[in-house]
Amino acid sequence: MTPNAITSLRIEHITKRFPGVLACSDISLSVGKGEVLALVGENGAGKTTLMNILMGLYTPDEGKIYINNQEVVFKSPSDAFACGIGMVHQQYMLVPNLTVTENIALGMAQLQDGAKQDPFLTRAKRAAKLDLAAVRRHIVAISEHYGLAVDPDAYIWQLSVGEQQRVELVKTLCFGAKFLILDEPTSALTPQETDELIALLRRMSAELSIIFISHKLAEVKALSSKVAILRGGRLVFRGNTADHSSADIAALMTGHEVYLPVNQSKREPGKPMLEVRDLFVRGDRGNMALNKLNLTVRAGEIVGLAGVSGNGQRELAEALTGLRMIESGEVLLDGVNLAGKTPRQIIAQGMGYVPEERNIEGIVPTMSIRENLVLKDIGKPPFSHAGLISNKKIDQNADALREKFDIRCSGVNVAAGSLSGGNIQKVILAREISRNPKFLIAVYPIRGLDMGAAEFIHKQLLALRDQGVGILLISEELEEIINLSDRIAVIFKGQIQRTLGRGEATQRKLGMMMAGVKEI
Amino acid sequence: MLDFIVLFLTVGIPLSSALLLASLGETVNQRSGVFNLGCEGVMSMGAFVGMLIPFMVGGAGKVAWVVNLAGLLAAALVGALLGLLFGVVVIKFGAPQGIAGIGLQLFGTGLAGSLYRHFIGGAQGVAGIDAIRIPILSDLPMVGKMLFSCNPMVYFAFLMVPAVHYLLFKTPWGLRVRACGTMPRAADSMGIDVSRTRYQALAFGSAMAGLAGAYLSVCYAKIFTDTLVGGRGFIAVALVYFGRWSPLGVMGGALLFSLAQALQLAVQAYGFTTFPYEFLVMLPYVLVIVVLIFVGKSKHVGPAMLGKPFNREMRT
Repeated sequence: MTPNAITSLRIEHITKRFPGVLACSDISLSVGKGEVLALVGENGAGKTTLMNILMGLYTPDEGKIYINNQEVVFKSPSDAFACGIGMVHQQYMLVPNLTVTENIALGMAQLQDGAKQDPFLTRAKRAAKLDLAAVRRHIVAISEHYGLAVDPDAYIWQLSVGEQQRVELVKTLCFGAKFLILDEPTSALTPQETDELIALLRRMSAELSIIFISHKLAEVKALSSKVAILRGGRLVFRGNTADHSSADIAALMTGHEVYLPVNQSKREPGKPMLEVRDLFVRGDRGNMALNKLNLTVRAGEIVGLAGVSGNGQRELAEALTGLRMIESGEVLLDGVNLAGKTPRQIIAQGMGYVPEERNIEGIVPTMSIRENLVLKDIGKPPFSHAGLISNKKIDQNADALREKFDIRCSGVNVAAGSLSGGNIQKVILAREISRNPKFLIAVYPIRGLDMGAAEFIHKQLLALRDQGVGILLISEELEEIINLSDRIAVIFKGQIQRTLGRGEATQRKLGMMMAGVKEI
Repeated sequence: MLDFIVLFLTVGIPLSSALLLASLGETVNQRSGVFNLGCEGVMSMGAFVGMLIPFMVGGAGKVAWVVNLAGLLAAALVGALLGLLFGVVVIKFGAPQGIAGIGLQLFGTGLAGSLYRHFIGGAQGVAGIDAIRIPILSDLPMVGKMLFSCNPMVYFAFLMVPAVHYLLFKTPWGLRVRACGTMPRAADSMGIDVSRTRYQALAFGSAMAGLAGAYLSVCYAKIFTDTLVGGRGFIAVALVYFGRWSPLGVMGGALLFSLAQALQLAVQAYGFTTFPYEFLVMLPYVLVIVVLIFVGKSKHVGPAMLGKPFNREMRT
């Protein structure tokens, strides 16, 4: 079936079980022509699973899908493509060591191979030679039609996250999608990119139907005509977006009222806790990622570092924690120079770190929660004596922290990697905060987390500030930065562009400075 | 000295052919994400089957040609079947590839040895395929002997270098293979059957390994013994890393290794006795290890998901 347009898409009574988890339970939804449906819910609510079923990636245990009132069964994504459905996954489905054109050719060749009615010679010719030029022309045509700028000859690994997302959109459209599914399309984008994407999707909704998954309510309000809310694998609400406020939707999503805390403390910060002077650090490709960077964070102060990712944030965090070599310059933590010290020595000086890649750098995923909680202190009392581990103390520590930080798990002996993103972040924060640090670096602390977890983590950071800890908050979420920071430093091309006080910063102003505009 | 260099190259080029065929095959395997450490076993079976047919049927002249060719084809076929068997173990059942590969190596080598004793026994050779002299060109001084009086399979092996390059980089199938090796999840999301692609790559790669074995028994040694393959399967696997998964790089590796080996043979033949030959025997292996230390380590070249089984519904 290859419909020219999808006038309606309906799913009925979809249920999917994974070992030990009921991911989707009896979900029914429908989307009409030109509609934009926002599918919202916390992490683990079953949104992505449901969309993977719609794409033929998972087989539902029960339930049916109808397109234009005809039942369809998808055994693989190519069946879904053939019906005109395309999906942009949250983790981009692009092969990093292929070019944009090759990536798209990969799927297009697949579509053509399905066209068995072609004469044998045509098929043989197609199998013998990859016609990249034709694919390239197709890409250029699509990207011009929708105003999506992509470089067809770039390798995927050379592209930024925003560019990769455009490639994903072009790819999906090249496959002939008339119905787009977008899984958290803005989760890795900068504010500008997010605005552009929303404007783009609004234009596209004139020609296509769209389902998008999100837990950012501003986007839901801005873009969608209908909203469906999932909680714990069940559909708890569906209705018109215009009829409901953001607060209503948030309450239905989490099951309780949510508010994100705001830094309103009048307390004056103390002495300088972290001083970075003329810091030069190289990036992975040998370029100077930090180019004479200067920054001061005082005790009891949160400094938000705003910037488009790739402007030196990662390198700064790694240099401050000893994970990356410092070319020249000084890093003073409470007066002690950290340059040239090992991570272990820096940790001993009182540095805490909530890393960007929480699953890889923040925890050892296969080790238990209780072990992850003592990773930094296992070598000394009370957790070990004379090289022997004291399990009793480790258990007591784990139980106390689980309680205090509301780590939701079946037990502290389960592998930390099996937890949800929010709970992993709580494990990391519990470990770092319980060590009584002098300074904490938090990199994208709520990226990809749902509102409940984000609220909790922000409260913890503010509490830590009030205890006199200096905090460097690195984020691309301007709302997060404006809510929490005492001062905001904007990083651009490895330098601090400008530092603003809490009152002066607006989203617009920061957005422009992040793009390189110095004076506003 | 000139004689010495000619001898050394004339020995080295044929020596590289088996390695080249096997490691080109392994390149395709690994590009698809499957790491076949059992290459040695597949080569042993190829070597046995390849000589079994000429040994049983015999014949002379044109008939011998056909029979020998049948032997080579049978070796490729047996190789492909072993590759698919390995595929069932590591793709369908998701067994760890390194361990399964060692199993395949022991199985192939052992089976080839046993069948040899059952069907042939004793050290018996075959007439096999001889080198051909290309008219006129082979009469050129030096290069004639080195490049234009080789076994047909040597030419075939070197022709396979551009052929495999074309296959991997210019055909839709090659694109699918590379995608499955680097990011199977992405390939899957575009409707590519990752398992099927990996089976195909394994069948192709192992057929090449079978052919490499048959080259040794039918064209090179013209005899089969338990130790004929002698670790070349493992060297072939190492050469794939050495060549950074590119057919041209793999050819460079195969030549470097074989020329180093030829050097030590030539040195022995010329009887330079002042230098202990044992050190020269080590030379090729040491060379490969040293070069492996220095070759580029760019993350963006090879198959990132090499050795990782793919299961769509496994949540990561």
